[in-house]
Amino acid sequence: MATDDSIAPKRPFRWHILVFLAPAVLVYTALMIFPLLSTLAQAFEGKEGGFVGFGNFATLFGDPRWADSFWNALRNNVWFFIIHMLVQNPIGIALAALLSSPKLRLRGLYRTVFFVPTILSFVIVGFVWKLILSPTWGVAEGLLDIVGLGDLFQPFLGKEETALTTLGLISVWQFIGIPMMLIYAALLSIPDEVIEAAECDGVTGFSQFWKIQLPLVLPAIGIVSILTFVGNFNAFDLVYAAQGAAAGPNYSTDLLGTLLYRTFFGYQLQLGDRSMGSAIAAVMFLIILAGVSIYLFLVQTRLRRYQF
Amino acid sequence: MSSARTSLPRSVAMHAALIAYALVALFPVFVVIVNSFKERRAIFRSPLALPDGETFSLVGYQTVMQRGDFLLYFQNSLIVTVASLVLVVLFGAMAAFALSEYRFRGNMLMGLYLALGIMIPIRLGTVAILQVMVASGLVNTLVALILVYTASGLPLSIFILSEFMRTVSDDLKNAGRIDGLSEYTIFFRLVLPLVRPAMATVAVFTMIPIWNDLWFPLILAPAEATKTVTLGAQMFIGQFQTDWNAVLAALSLAIIPVLVLYLIFSRQLIRGITSGAVK
Repeated sequence: MATDDSIAPKRPFRWHILVFLAPAVLVYTALMIFPLLSTLAQAFEGKEGGFVGFGNFATLFGDPRWADSFWNALRNNVWFFIIHMLVQNPIGIALAALLSSPKLRLRGLYRTVFFVPTILSFVIVGFVWKLILSPTWGVAEGLLDIVGLGDLFQPFLGKEETALTTLGLISVWQFIGIPMMLIYAALLSIPDEVIEAAECDGVTGFSQFWKIQLPLVLPAIGIVSILTFVGNFNAFDLVYAAQGAAAGPNYSTDLLGTLLYRTFFGYQLQLGDRSMGSAIAAVMFLIILAGVSIYLFLVQTRLRRYQF
Repeated sequence: MSSARTSLPRSVAMHAALIAYALVALFPVFVVIVNSFKERRAIFRSPLALPDGETFSLVGYQTVMQRGDFLLYFQNSLIVTVASLVLVVLFGAMAAFALSEYRFRGNMLMGLYLALGIMIPIRLGTVAILQVMVASGLVNTLVALILVYTASGLPLSIFILSEFMRTVSDDLKNAGRIDGLSEYTIFFRLVLPLVRPAMATVAVFTMIPIWNDLWFPLILAPAEATKTVTLGAQMFIGQFQTDWNAVLAALSLAIIPVLVLYLIFSRQLIRGITSGAVK
């Protein structure tokens, strides 16, 4: 490895550096970097191998059958992401703010409880909510009845108009622990002097949170947003567990992840297609790369970091 | 803080909001576990009631034990998770030590190369990962899963651990060198014990996604002998969809061990998140 030459020319070759680095670099290169590059390369190959240039991408965006399912999945994915940004992050911030308020009792208990959904697997979460929302069992209907909203009940996961939003909210329920914890940690790291200075100036309560604390945790909110973005555009498990690979009803909950799965492995009558699967993976790669770059170059550099 | 005034109504309102959300977070788990101990009619008649002498039944668990091999699935999940954790932490710590301790040409580049994987999900390489596993005959083995999870866990592990290793005192390491210790002894005997809290943080972070993953078990190791709990529960529930007792029991069996482990380690987990990720 070229990187292991020593700087001082007379020093003997330092084998221990190679020994320390080798296992991690080998496993990482063989099972992460190589497969990623290889998948990207196969996106330019035909079904029987051979270079076809942008042929697969032309099919993906040009052939109406492929283009329709692709844009449908992308649109759903964007909506899925918007739900997370609009619901998960504000609630996460609110919970973190409540938890970080001084002299709160039972803080540890609340924190532990709020994080419980996050440790459960998608399979559990998907099925549990499927059962709860099921009209056969009627738990959700019964609960709505108690608060007098029984008429609002519908088979939320079974209807095209509501299925995707419902799944998005289930996913929010599952992952809210992560933004809550990260923002909570950021709030705790604000030094007491800043808060005390604000109180001396008469800035207290809600306006203190809005004007002092929130601006100071913006970097944490930025991290949460990009984590949410990468997680959402890579999501598969929850839809698969709750609605199956077909992402029903009528593909209304299809995300890029489930589309990739169906394309690569085939589904019912449709055979698996390696090169089209790679093409979809390549497009997902570009989307995630674009999101991460926007975050790194635009958001990250403009956020002011406060050093205490 | 001296001037924090929390009036009674305000504190009541705060607790009301927190309790309300706690109910939202726990309710689904509660409903499933409670109903898994009830007989079929009681599940439908009064889903929110606790099981009593009349409605208590373990029939769901009996079906699960007869029909699904959950003990084996647990064993598989445990092997995969523990082995991946050990490799992620060990290899990660070794690489982090090399990057933070020694100055050599390409150090920065190597650090960047290894950090790439933090943002790019390994799933996008699935097509080629499957080909590699088929070519090496590792399909339907636990080794395949362990290798993939190790690769995907390493970037974050190296990143976090090298931050911590920079804080280990140079004097200590140099004292060891003067006493004639080899670089390997310095790493294993002096440095590793000092970064143990950071290693625990990495372990907890890596553990949850590995235990819960459905994608790679489904694709790389779907055979009966190598199913993990997550995949086993998924398939079992798919087969027994109308047997509500069995489904609820299978879900509870998948929830309870994770829940118990979480309650034991929750302090560590929360400390890990609040110390490592943001600051």
